[in-house]
Amino acid sequence: MESFLEIFDIYLLEAVVNGILLGGLLALLALGLNLIFGVIDVTWICYAELVMIGMYGMYFLVQYYGISYFLAAPVAIALVAILGALLHFLVIAPLLSGPPINQLLATGGVLFVLQSFATVAFGIDFRNLGIRLPVLAFAEMHFSYARLLAFGAALIGMVVVYLFMTRTYTGTAIRAIAQDRQIMALMGVDTKKIYLITSAVGGALAGLAACLLVLQYDVHPFVGLSFGPITFLICVLGGLGNFVGGFVAAFVFAEIISLGGLFSDLEWGYVLAFVFFIIMMFVRPGGLLARRQ
Amino acid sequence: MIMSPRYAWPIGVALLIALPFVYRDPYHLHILILILIWSFAYTSWSMMGRFGLVSLGHGGFMGVGAYVTALLWNHLGLSPWIGIPIALLCAGTLALLVAYPCFRFRITGHYFALVTLALSGIVLQVITATRDWTGGSLGYTPERTKGSHIVALQFDDKTVWYLIALAVWLAGLLIWHLIDRSMARYAMEAISEDEDAAAAAGVNVTFEKLRITVISALMTALAGALYCQYQMFISPDTVSGIAVSLQMVFAVVVGGIYVALGPTVGAIITLLLAEFLRIFFGTKAVGYDNLVYGVLLVLFIIFLPKGILGSILDRLKGVPVRQTVAKKPA
Repeated sequence: MESFLEIFDIYLLEAVVNGILLGGLLALLALGLNLIFGVIDVTWICYAELVMIGMYGMYFLVQYYGISYFLAAPVAIALVAILGALLHFLVIAPLLSGPPINQLLATGGVLFVLQSFATVAFGIDFRNLGIRLPVLAFAEMHFSYARLLAFGAALIGMVVVYLFMTRTYTGTAIRAIAQDRQIMALMGVDTKKIYLITSAVGGALAGLAACLLVLQYDVHPFVGLSFGPITFLICVLGGLGNFVGGFVAAFVFAEIISLGGLFSDLEWGYVLAFVFFIIMMFVRPGGLLARRQ
Repeated sequence: MIMSPRYAWPIGVALLIALPFVYRDPYHLHILILILIWSFAYTSWSMMGRFGLVSLGHGGFMGVGAYVTALLWNHLGLSPWIGIPIALLCAGTLALLVAYPCFRFRITGHYFALVTLALSGIVLQVITATRDWTGGSLGYTPERTKGSHIVALQFDDKTVWYLIALAVWLAGLLIWHLIDRSMARYAMEAISEDEDAAAAAGVNVTFEKLRITVISALMTALAGALYCQYQMFISPDTVSGIAVSLQMVFAVVVGGIYVALGPTVGAIITLLLAEFLRIFFGTKAVGYDNLVYGVLLVLFIIFLPKGILGSILDRLKGVPVRQTVAKKPA
């Protein structure tokens, strides 16, 4: 009985740490979505599909053209950044004056387009980079380097975005627009340009997430569905457009998924997270960190 | 001369009822039945959607309707005649559970769409996670009846199914009509314009929204149960989840969200388009059909936000096409 408890605790600790590692990735995904929402007031339903395209980009650069991982990553990030800007230019911009729900639905249409484009162009096979990173064994616990790397890179990415937002002129303009959309145009800020830049930054974050996810998961056209919904939940739980809230919510969610998965299947971890989400909507409808009215 | 609406409806319905007795091509009847069932589902979605309550959770309600009915039949031997009401009850409870906090705490617009999105996510995950009972992503088949076809609600004759689907579709339109003429419609329209003003005018905002949501969820669950009984095969991807929710929204947007027959026109267009693209591209080019489909949908939302039927009706009435009716949710 005692030995059982010991093993159990080790597993528990391992799950907790893995949850934190997963949380870093989810926080990165949520940050990109939050940025777009906070600044442009649009929800990209197809956000996870942008990540999927980025993962395919990484796959082809590394596997097909034989470029090393670290050289391919910036290319993939740039690719998704351009894709994000294009998405804004082609789909969102014409709809900006329309009802907000149309923008949401249009990005839903883009979701279909990207999914089926990937099916047509790359087929429905599961593909992976073929890179097997070693596993770190520490005090009877096992953590894959892929996860550690992803966690570290996600944190660095978030710090870079934070510095960009607080230390540069463009970043300040972006934050200002998020606070008051109308007045900034009068202050001599080119709103259209800022929107495009924000979309590109959001895309770049999706690209970074893609580079990190591709280390751990296989790519297929529907891979976006496995982490897209959870990203939306995190953003809503943290309060849409609330960066800090999104960050906290990502870790809460990751822990629930990781711990729930420990006791049962991974899907039940997800189910638990969803149930938690709905309960939280009762308790804190404005997001985790929102002030009570 | 265009026939006056007073005669157009009964004549149209009579023609639709007579159709399967004259024309018996099984493939075309099959497409018609699917169009009717999905039209009913899309109509139930737009019950809410027309008042600015954009739900992405209807895939979840549909999944509950289909799976609960099938599970009760296979595991407990409960006839769908009892199973469907139980399934509707489950879907209604689920709708209350999710919608009440949303409406109580004024979760609207994007937020509401994303919360309901979570709902379809939950249903999909639960179906996949309980694979020991539901078959998971491989899908699920209600057992073929050994006894009475009527008790099992399983019919081999497509004509019977056509008539059932037609009746349900007509019932859906009738509900639309009743709501359209009721006080609830004015209350909901007031709410969709300005919740605070509506509340100040004496409208019970939470109750009105809950009522329309539950009606809509019940109808969607019924559509799911019917689809299951007709197709005799359901899988998480075809009756639940985000893809199905989006499919509903798109069909309604394409057809026209603010007119009674809009969802039906949407169902006809999207199903025929999907079928045409499927046949045109054949099995050798998987995905092309969805690619064209997706591009068309994006174009539709950008250039024809009122949908095909809505725009045509406006054109007939002399309203400029690009003028949007939809209001910005507060």
